[in-house]
Amino acid sequence: MSIYLNKDSKIIVQGITGGMGSKHTTLMIESGSNIVGGVNARKAGTTVELAGTTQPVFGSVAEAMKETGADVSVVFVPPAFTKDACIEAIDAGIGLLVVITEGVPVQDTAEVWSYLQGKSTRMIGPNCPGIITPEESLAGITPHTIAGKGPVGLVSKSGTLTYQMMYELRDFGFSTAIGIGGDPIVGTTHIDALEAFEADPDTKAIVMIGEIGGDAEERAAAYIKDHVTKPVVGYVAGFTAPEGKTMGHAGAIVSGSSGTAQAKKEALEAVGVKVGKTPSETAELMRAILKEL
Amino acid sequence: MEYQAKELFAKHGVTTTLGVVVETAEAAKAAAEQLGGVTVIKAQVKAGGRGKAGGVKLAKTPDEAFEHATNILNLEIKGLPVNRVLVTPATPPEEEYYFSFLLDRSNRQYLCIASVEGGVEIEEVAKTNPDAVKQIAIDPGAGVDEAKARAIATEAKFPEPVFEQAVAMIQSLYKVFVEEDATLVEVNPLARLAGDKLEALDGKVSLDDNASEVRHHEHEDFVIRDEEDPLEAKAKDKGLNYVKLDGQVGIIGNGAGLVMSTLDVVAYAGEKHGGVKPANFLDIGGGANAQVMADGLDVILNDPQVKSVFVNVFGGITACDEVANGIKGALEILGDEASKPLVVRLDGNNVDKGRAILAELNHPLVTLVDTMDGAADKAAELANNNG
Repeated sequence: MSIYLNKDSKIIVQGITGGMGSKHTTLMIESGSNIVGGVNARKAGTTVELAGTTQPVFGSVAEAMKETGADVSVVFVPPAFTKDACIEAIDAGIGLLVVITEGVPVQDTAEVWSYLQGKSTRMIGPNCPGIITPEESLAGITPHTIAGKGPVGLVSKSGTLTYQMMYELRDFGFSTAIGIGGDPIVGTTHIDALEAFEADPDTKAIVMIGEIGGDAEERAAAYIKDHVTKPVVGYVAGFTAPEGKTMGHAGAIVSGSSGTAQAKKEALEAVGVKVGKTPSETAELMRAILKEL
Repeated sequence: MEYQAKELFAKHGVTTTLGVVVETAEAAKAAAEQLGGVTVIKAQVKAGGRGKAGGVKLAKTPDEAFEHATNILNLEIKGLPVNRVLVTPATPPEEEYYFSFLLDRSNRQYLCIASVEGGVEIEEVAKTNPDAVKQIAIDPGAGVDEAKARAIATEAKFPEPVFEQAVAMIQSLYKVFVEEDATLVEVNPLARLAGDKLEALDGKVSLDDNASEVRHHEHEDFVIRDEEDPLEAKAKDKGLNYVKLDGQVGIIGNGAGLVMSTLDVVAYAGEKHGGVKPANFLDIGGGANAQVMADGLDVILNDPQVKSVFVNVFGGITACDEVANGIKGALEILGDEASKPLVVRLDGNNVDKGRAILAELNHPLVTLVDTMDGAADKAAELANNNG
């Protein structure tokens, strides 16, 4: 088991013919993901050769789903076209929409989120590394070589901290690792992932990585208190971030006294989540828990 | 800044008075003469609380305008020097309201905040008289049409004589919010002037950097170069994601989360080494090639506060041997300019090859440490000894 993504997932790539799209489609195929094609309206009917496979290019997500039975789409289109790509996939009824693109205007994401209400699509991202269920499937850009299958569920705002944590705990392995993205508005939150990990029998413990900005971690803490029985270890980045400066991720900004790392850490600790001072210390906290299980 | 917000207001039909922006007291005097009557001299800085800091003064005559402008241009408000003042006609308000549209990230929608008790800090009103502050959710898909604007004006209890003007202004302000891709459009005060005229007397607009990049290149004109930190400006010219901080350990890393984490780990290690702190945020992303690494090091080494540099890279997609070659190439490009100790931690994809390249390079300034925590400790120690 896993969350959101498994060996049966059939994946298409929106933007498969672009630089990022073709590079990462190749890596996804090499990881063992079941990639069944791509979408580019201007190159419909053609094929692309990637990692020794021939991938059909369809004119629309709807057509790709009809022809291949795809249930996951990974979006690599440039930020100016991301909103339209997402709406097209939502209209086609895709089950899981993983938006890797960085730099999407936040009002575009807000409109997509509004559009998605009441529809059947789960969106992850934008501005995220995507999701990996090791040894089964990868929908995104997370290197599949870092860690294998195991009992840890990981949810993180940051890509590289996802990789770092997978590396630290590679001796235990992961059920699923999901990077939800560092934008002010994202489709899947810490809470969504916590809920899914709690329900997943193969996930025995959860690492949650947050960073400055917004109140997603505080909300997650409240959710953990009432709904999560599995052990959770946390890490928060950005204690040294100055007020009012965006730290790389569009959403990583302390505004006045809100969104600070300290407040997030305190909220998590108040509900019994152990929070590490460094990524390595966080991994050690998880290691101690895993040894007890 | 206020005068830039007002330019955007005017562009979208929000009633406001632009006034004249000047950089010297002489120009302020000339502006006051030109406008005639009583004027207001207002400091233009990206900070609130300008009035309390003495940055807003009434001038009855052009000579008074000169005097006030002289004083205000010598002020620092919340650590920011005042380089410009705005001269506007004095229009005493009969009533002051508050109005804003903003991105509500918690609820993944937009929010309108309105209060007929404006003029002071809205946070204060929210504390002392919460019922007077109305918060109205806006669905980004539906937006604000006339009916919604009317509903907002009713909820906010705009008085009858200015009600229709408020309905029109709410729609115009929403146009500013959406068409300029703002994350905040705030009017405080929104004033009821003599003759029941509604006008945006002061305002603030925050713009979405992503949108400016994608479809609002004209927003680049709002950046005032002399207000930027020179190192941040230099980094921006080189396309680097850099934030200057007040510390001694220069930081280069890949990925925003990992770099933020690196700053924290260095500050934590610094507690044992004379309280040294991180000197900057610098995310070089996936492209850790020699030129990007050299550009990054160049910016950091030009920071006179920096005593040591910590390069912290996790090779995910990027291979560590490419990063190691990037460091090697950067040291060649920089030559004698590379003058401060470099602590390097590499992990992940092709780590053995990467470490071997640096071991073979055997550069006197470069120390290779295996773990992030250990490397942070070493970099802090070197900064402290070097300080």
